[in-house]
Amino acid sequence: MSILKLYLLLFLVLLSSASESIAEELEEEFTEALLLRPLPDRKVLAHFHFQSSAPPTQTYGRHHHLFPKSIYQLVHKFQIREMELSFTQGRWNYERWGGYDPISSSNAKPPGVELWADFDVPQHQVDDSWKNLTHALSGLFCASINFLEHSTAYSAPQWSFRSFSGKLRYGTLPREAVCTENLTPWLKLLPCRDKAGISSLMDRPSIYRGYYHSQRLHLKSDEFATSESRTGIVLEQSLTVVLQPNTLGSGGTFSGKISQPSWSLSSLFGRKVSGKCSLSNSGNVYVQFEQNLVSQFNELKKHSETSKNEILIRDGFQSNPLFELSLPPKRVIKEADNLQKEGSILYEFSVKDYDESEPFDLGLRWKSPVVWSCQQAPLRASRFLLGSGNERGAIAISLKSTRSNNLLKSGCNEKERWLKVGIFQVVPWYVKVYYHTLEVFVDGELQSTMDNVEQIRVSPSEDKVSPGVMEMVLRLPCSVKTAALTIEFDKGFLHIDEYPPDANQGFDIPSAVVSFIDFLANISFDDDSLKKVPILSKLQEKIPVLSYTEVLLVPLTTPDFSMPYNVITITCTVFALYFGSLLNALRRRAGEEERLLKEQAGRGAGPLTLMLSKLSAKLRRKTWEPPQSSSSFSRSSSINYKLIVKVILVAGVAAVWQFYFQ
Amino acid sequence: MEEKTENGSKRKELGFWKWAMASVALRIILSFFSQNLNLSSRPEVSTPLTSLQRLSEGYWLKQLSMSPYSGSMFHGSPLLLSILGPVTTKNVLTGPCYMGGVTFYMPSDFSSAILIRATGRSLEMAHGRHLKSLGLGKLFEEILPSGDIAALVYLWNPFTIVSCVGFNTSPIENMFVILSLFGASTGIAPLAAFGWVIASHLSLYPLVLVIPVILLLGYGLDAPPNKLLSHFHVGDEISTDHVEYQSLKNKPVEETTSFSWKRVIAFFMWAFIWISYVLILCAISMKEYGGLAEMFKRTYGFILTVKDLSPNIGVLWYFFAEVFEYFRNFFLIVFHVNILFMILPLAIRLNHRPCFLAFVYLAISSILKSYPSVSYPSVSNS
Repeated sequence: MSILKLYLLLFLVLLSSASESIAEELEEEFTEALLLRPLPDRKVLAHFHFQSSAPPTQTYGRHHHLFPKSIYQLVHKFQIREMELSFTQGRWNYERWGGYDPISSSNAKPPGVELWADFDVPQHQVDDSWKNLTHALSGLFCASINFLEHSTAYSAPQWSFRSFSGKLRYGTLPREAVCTENLTPWLKLLPCRDKAGISSLMDRPSIYRGYYHSQRLHLKSDEFATSESRTGIVLEQSLTVVLQPNTLGSGGTFSGKISQPSWSLSSLFGRKVSGKCSLSNSGNVYVQFEQNLVSQFNELKKHSETSKNEILIRDGFQSNPLFELSLPPKRVIKEADNLQKEGSILYEFSVKDYDESEPFDLGLRWKSPVVWSCQQAPLRASRFLLGSGNERGAIAISLKSTRSNNLLKSGCNEKERWLKVGIFQVVPWYVKVYYHTLEVFVDGELQSTMDNVEQIRVSPSEDKVSPGVMEMVLRLPCSVKTAALTIEFDKGFLHIDEYPPDANQGFDIPSAVVSFIDFLANISFDDDSLKKVPILSKLQEKIPVLSYTEVLLVPLTTPDFSMPYNVITITCTVFALYFGSLLNALRRRAGEEERLLKEQAGRGAGPLTLMLSKLSAKLRRKTWEPPQSSSSFSRSSSINYKLIVKVILVAGVAAVWQFYFQ
Repeated sequence: MEEKTENGSKRKELGFWKWAMASVALRIILSFFSQNLNLSSRPEVSTPLTSLQRLSEGYWLKQLSMSPYSGSMFHGSPLLLSILGPVTTKNVLTGPCYMGGVTFYMPSDFSSAILIRATGRSLEMAHGRHLKSLGLGKLFEEILPSGDIAALVYLWNPFTIVSCVGFNTSPIENMFVILSLFGASTGIAPLAAFGWVIASHLSLYPLVLVIPVILLLGYGLDAPPNKLLSHFHVGDEISTDHVEYQSLKNKPVEETTSFSWKRVIAFFMWAFIWISYVLILCAISMKEYGGLAEMFKRTYGFILTVKDLSPNIGVLWYFFAEVFEYFRNFFLIVFHVNILFMILPLAIRLNHRPCFLAFVYLAISSILKSYPSVSYPSVSNS
């Protein structure tokens, strides 16, 4: 018996320890990271990345000490499967800042606000969830996201914008101004806010001074999934800024070439990092050198001392002829790329080792000038308007081949030799697009449209109900130089109440999304342990290359806002005139009146009798025969009598009617 | 004497054909320059209801197995879509090919001119017969060939030419309106019913023509000259071209011809048959896209609720763009009642002149309809 008890006890202990170990695995986590990258046009990209995750509610409960409560409630209230909200100011320069790497594909966003969400609710509740979500978010982030509530402002892409079920909703507000009031609530979601850790670098004036600024919030949850291995909610916050370093000091010229400006964290942001946020699991800073830049290094090295690539990686930061990092990196991570010879290089620094007395202030000093270009997407997409006047126009999307031809070939579908380009475009309803006028030009020649369109889905705009959505996959030959797509539209007219303030500025057509389905933007690393670091696992994620086109500004005709009354009154006057003249023409009998006048002149009858007889003639719609002067009075009196009888009859009918219905 | 008149009529006929052919040639020439003239997109010519571009958008959507009415672009009849749709598909190499439209509109314009001529002829004949019966045969010889003139006026009317070259569907609607009047004036009840049903199906407003058509069928064309009896001297002075004007001066004395109920009942029978025929055809073509309810909502509902506020030559669009939302329904009712309001008084007043009554109805509805264009007054002009 005692043995049995012992076994039971042992079993219980084992069980509890096992469950503890599971619970330990699924802890709330928060990590912070900063990725810095010099850009070819003498600017610096700073990409802050914060990730907090909460384990599933079933195993962990509903109380959190790191994960923001508001986001947790949001996910649970609206049953969000995935959501992304971005506030952007400025436009990502795809040519200079790159269009092929993971950061440009997932963090280059259209100006203004972009929101998409995928819900885990029945199909008929999706729209309601979306409406509630927009209101909740607009309260959370102090922005007018609630304008996305109306059905004319959002759309439901089926397959072109991320492959999801029909429960995805997508909306943009291109004209939304983004400023600190949006950043502050976003920072509030971080456990340390901007008081400690990497986020303390976010000095408002220096961040908003940049050329591009995009704050993004990405939410992924499998709370409502039925599968066993659930990860809970993952909240990913990232801020991408493109800054121009101050070129004071070492920004000189070397043999005619303008060198890259040297910078340090304190010169970029005006602040230094004093240790990591104590709540975060890791706080790392990475400096990334792009693939093309690395190949430039190697060429220079070959010229100077014919050393190998490995040297750069091992002790590159000190003995490098090109640049010098002010602090020794903790680790150097090299991209494992099987297609190209060189991959990009990341230098990892840990903020953990620094504190108040010795703050972390990473600096980069260029020793000699270097020129390189960013990796480009296979085709450079831009969009513009054609036509003039306020009646109609055309939208054109042009795709120009970038110079990186080897890249193009590598991504081309080997069997079919086609390059697939996905286009997703939302057009507001007052821009009435004629989808049958869709024309595709390849290398300047008009193509039979359906030959180059692999897949198309159009949901035309409904007046005042829904925007027009066009999703298509173009199939272009690999050797394509330029491709263009034009589509005609009519400019609609709005009701006076539907015009926004300052209607003469024009109306925005949101950015189109151009995706290159066969091209994956990711940096793969050899070391599998790196997948545990959130920012690096994000870089390794295989996502198709995406780019957003420009926002278009369409001027629409505006009515006279000041005087609706004038229009109403003049229209009513015209109608009254028409009505009156027609009635007059109907009633008048020219010949009869002439005779009447003659009668009146010839005969001195009283005006009352004449009028009455005229009236009676009209009532009876019969010829009014000239009355005999002798019997005129008697007749008129009889008419009078008849009239009275008629009036009484009508009054009686009315009284009976009244009585009957009461 | 008789030979002379025959010769004269022959010469006249020759002249008519010459002019008619000339007008057709003009249309063909103009349609070659249609790209430059760009008439099809002028708001004066094509309205949301009749624009061929919208029709081809509807056809394109239907080809993609979507409802042609999705996307508030197309508001016409599904029958028109299946007839005209294939013509409007564009040829890739030559750009948009609306030339096919010309092949439809030219005959429709031409045949409506011929119908006008025939109607005018029969009016003339009836008139002449009556005058003869009154012993006024010599008066008849002075009558101008009003049918020919009306047909030529229709063919050479700049409005009709513009609407034909501007590729919209209104010439077809006009043809059916005229067809119905022709059928009524010649006493062919099925034809009148067919024209009336199709015309009202296409543009709703010819619905009011039912009254003149019934009157025409019931009384026949002989009705008007009776009234000349009492005031003969007046009729002598005024040219017969302005017959309508006389009627305002002369009152109906009495009805000599009785109302023939038989023809009217036949008309209604045929109208019923045609309506059910048209509805069945529509239902078949709309089967996959929401059925007839959707069609009624998108065509007649669109006409009645003035949803499209793009400018046209009417007054309603600007009014409804500016009017306060609260009063919108009220004004919609007021403006549409304005058309209906005059039907009864006019019918009572002009019941002896059904052709003129039809003219007045057409004129009123072409002015007051929600999406007017220049092509509609062209019918009433002739």
